[in-house]
Amino acid sequence: MNSNKDILVKLNNAGFRQREKWLVEGVSLEVKKGKIVTLIGPNGSGKSTTAKIALGIYKNIEGSVEKYTDKVGYVPQKISIDWTLPLRVNDFMVLTENIKDDAINEALSLTGVIHLKNKNLGSLSGGEFQRVLLARAISKKPELLVLDEPVQGVDYTGEIALYELIKKISDTLNCGILLISHDLHTVMSATDHVVCLNGHVCCSGSPSDVARNNEYKTLFGEQASQILSVYEHNHDHEHSHEGDIKKN
Amino acid sequence: MLDDFFIRALLAGIGIAIVTGPLGCFVVWRRLSYFGDTLAHSALLGVTLAYSFELNIALSVFIISSLVALILIQLQKKTNLPGDALLGLLAHSSLAVGLVVIGFLTFIRFDIMGLLFGDILAVTVNDLIIIWIGGALILLVLKLIWKPLFASTVNYELAEAEGLNPDRAKAIFTVLMAAIIAISIKMVGLLLITGMLIIPAAMARNISDSPQKMVIFSIIGGLLSVIIGLFSSLEFNTSSGPSIIAASLFLFILSLLKIKQTVQLKN
Repeated sequence: MNSNKDILVKLNNAGFRQREKWLVEGVSLEVKKGKIVTLIGPNGSGKSTTAKIALGIYKNIEGSVEKYTDKVGYVPQKISIDWTLPLRVNDFMVLTENIKDDAINEALSLTGVIHLKNKNLGSLSGGEFQRVLLARAISKKPELLVLDEPVQGVDYTGEIALYELIKKISDTLNCGILLISHDLHTVMSATDHVVCLNGHVCCSGSPSDVARNNEYKTLFGEQASQILSVYEHNHDHEHSHEGDIKKN
Repeated sequence: MLDDFFIRALLAGIGIAIVTGPLGCFVVWRRLSYFGDTLAHSALLGVTLAYSFELNIALSVFIISSLVALILIQLQKKTNLPGDALLGLLAHSSLAVGLVVIGFLTFIRFDIMGLLFGDILAVTVNDLIIIWIGGALILLVLKLIWKPLFASTVNYELAEAEGLNPDRAKAIFTVLMAAIIAISIKMVGLLLITGMLIIPAAMARNISDSPQKMVIFSIIGGLLSVIIGLFSSLEFNTSSGPSIIAASLFLFILSLLKIKQTVQLKN
């Protein structure tokens, strides 16, 4: 089987610059059907920017992005909805595509917010809204899901359930998922491929490869390295406080 | 029946209200009231050019308003000036240029008040045809771009990410704005068109909990404004455009009572 047929989106040395400042540069990665690729990295490391490059939201990018599907579901990290709009959860679910009522109910049930279907979007709590965002993205049965911190503000038990749901969706729908997450436990257990960012790709590979990488240890500190065993590893550059790269 | 100026005015007003209802909702949702104003001000230049070159007024206004919208989009890209400053610049300069051009057209007597505030007597059978056919076209196009336009109004990045092409929808919507101003200028006048767009939609917002309801209430509000406004202008011998807008203000105030009621119920 030609593995290239499974590629949904591919970034080749992609980068984005805004007001003379690189938000992220030199990112190469690919998301394949049925696989979960997770982006990790500190605040401001370019995770959301990379996701937006993959989605085609940013137009004037360096490098290139190849997208092989139009069936995309997106959960943005920040979403500001203007309350001059009277909008119920039900209206929001069909925002970008007309979805059958059954599929809406199913998705809302899966994320545990079916009881909010006729509520005004503005009256939801942060965690409830996050569950609605996720339900909207999966109800379209997309081929590519881009989830930018999809469980922020969700209570602890809910968080675990939603990550299990995401894993299940990737298996049952055979869709590719580009996930941005801070929860390293989840990342390491559910992901097929990890990309560690800090303005550029620090290291990438399978979760266990990345966990052994010293860059990862430097970025996430001792706590993270306690999660998984860490081996000494060759290390060709380090970061100054400003995030600049110093070659060794 | 169409011989009667009042019936013609009523039919024209009804046609316009059906179109300004949904367009006005987008004007309110997308915060475009000053944008609408600017296009309306530029319509004066369109009217004077129509007289100078003996063009159809609606067509000439449509072309000039579309041009001004295009210039605005270019200026937004090329300069660092804030949007409201650019809107003010275009609104007042196009109004001024329009008035200066009128000064040169000494061979025509202009009814400036009619242009600014609308003129009930000016509506001809031809205007009616333009309003109803033009209005139907505007609604048809709006229906076609509804999904991407609405999705990008809620959230631009979601619409873009999920492949709806929001930029194209926005450009088409701008043309629709120019078109509604072109077909309604004779009826409500260039100073009051934006009122016709905003006030019924604002009234509808007060009493709606979904976008569809808001569009429907906005249309109903516009229709009632036209009917109440025109009948009272006949009764009290007031000018038609301002009477229609005053009627819509009256409806808006009524809708505030409903808000007050809901707040009291919640408490």
